Amino acid sequence: MLGILKALKTTIQAAARKPVTVQYPTEKKELPHRSRGFPVLLWDFDKDEPFCTGCQVCARYCPVDCITVTMKDNPKKAAGKSKRKKIVDHFYLDYARCMRCDICVEVCNFDAIVMNNTWEGVELSRYDRQDLVLDKDALLKQSRTGRLKDPFREPMGVAHSGWSPKVEEDEEAEETNASEEGGEG
Amino acid sequence: MATIDYTIPGEHDLETLDIHVNVGPQHPATHGVFRMVLTVDGEVVTDVDPIIGYMHRGNEKLPENCDFRQAIGFHDRTDYLAQFNTEHCYVQAVEKLTGITPTERSEYIRVILAELNRITSHQMFVGAFSTDVGIFGTAFMYAFRDRELIQDFFEEITGERMMYNYFRPGGVAWDVPDNFRERCRQVIGQIKKGISDLEGLIVNNEVVLARCCGLSRMSTADAINWGVSGPLLRATGLEYDLRKAEPYSIYDRFEFDIPTGKDGDIYDRVIVRIEEMKQSVRIVEQALLRMPDGPIMAEGLKRVLRAPEGEVYMRVEGPRGEYGVYLVATGADKPYRHRVRAASFCNLSALRAMSVGNYVSDVVIILGSIDIVLGEVDR
Repeated sequence: MLGILKALKTTIQAAARKPVTVQYPTEKKELPHRSRGFPVLLWDFDKDEPFCTGCQVCARYCPVDCITVTMKDNPKKAAGKSKRKKIVDHFYLDYARCMRCDICVEVCNFDAIVMNNTWEGVELSRYDRQDLVLDKDALLKQSRTGRLKDPFREPMGVAHSGWSPKVEEDEEAEETNASEEGGEG
Repeated sequence: MATIDYTIPGEHDLETLDIHVNVGPQHPATHGVFRMVLTVDGEVVTDVDPIIGYMHRGNEKLPENCDFRQAIGFHDRTDYLAQFNTEHCYVQAVEKLTGITPTERSEYIRVILAELNRITSHQMFVGAFSTDVGIFGTAFMYAFRDRELIQDFFEEITGERMMYNYFRPGGVAWDVPDNFRERCRQVIGQIKKGISDLEGLIVNNEVVLARCCGLSRMSTADAINWGVSGPLLRATGLEYDLRKAEPYSIYDRFEFDIPTGKDGDIYDRVIVRIEEMKQSVRIVEQALLRMPDGPIMAEGLKRVLRAPEGEVYMRVEGPRGEYGVYLVATGADKPYRHRVRAASFCNLSALRAMSVGNYVSDVVIILGSIDIVLGEVDR
């Protein structure tokens, strides 16, 4: 009997407390700054092109192989508007496969991809699973429209020290190109 | 093992048919996709046939095709209630293999997070177990209210609520936020209150006592023979905790006790887990005081981590028992063989010995007391 009374005392005490739940659709908990949704691409507003050069590092390091990237020559480089020699041609990311491990963000040499920290879990409902394979434009939309606020990226060289120190953009692009040709065979 | 004489007294020995009862694979009492075929004679279980494999995802094979760092994410998905503990084990195995020394600060961060994760796992156990026993709702909600606090805290650090992927060979992925200490103290303060709430609901509660005391009693020798580890082993009275028995990481610097039971029955298993939560709180408090500043990642790591030829077995004390990782390396950047020793898989093997001779309704509690995580059993 004593144990049950003790249990009742616990529940009665809790009745006086404030509720810890939130009235979800009308009220929402604020997402932390580091919140990790699905990866999205970033838009370079200065050069009016994506940061991504299509170097395929993310595709190679993705543990679940959900990324497909191809690269092309940057037409803006020829016109002298941009320093990027290469630019992303196609970028497909399968959100149904992605396990949100953040590895693509860590290995990216150009800080072109970040985890979406505004994702609330409802935006991606689709009728067809195939619709979850997003292309370049869909991935850039968040950043391009300015709805992606202040994404969390670790200070350079800290998280990356696990993978590699950052190098200058042009050097790395050439290095990647070289390894692309030589290293794959 | 309690054996019940189920012959009907008197001169007429009635012949009865054994009936097979399927429990699962989709049954709330099995805590996941686990199936067991019970052979029942009246109300008494005479045989249990556990059938596993419904959640096999190849978490042992996949890392064999992955770089050492890529495989961390798969370890989150083995024991999905104690992700930091599993990551801790794997990361230490890789460090042992490659000879990397993690930095001081990252060791403290890892221990704090792993201990907090142990608390969330035990809270989950207490909540789910109380629903098995039949005090649905109350204890479950209390446990989840506090588990939510820790999960929010983890989300602030890693960005994820479940699959953190935060530890790396040599350290952790990124530094904790500046307000880490204050937030952690605040969370710990509330958790302590939550633990005493859970104690008030469960310890010496007549409902729990009536259903759990003396049920599926296990001796220490039996437990060792079945390969049982963790709280189930300690409930039989043996003081065996890998954090003390072979201190890994920095556990030898902290003061904590190993809670043990007496009878090895289900009530003891619950009490041992509740006591363990308090001990984890103690470890976190000590670690917070001593946590130094400094780098969070070891210096001079290469982009591609290659392990020299060799093999390594690393084991840690997870919330469910001994979680081990066995790696064989052949000099490449990925392991040749990768094997996980899952605690709840080994504990589950004792299910038949624990439940034969008990009533059907008690088998649900016995299964609940093992605290299985099917992601870990099937991998």
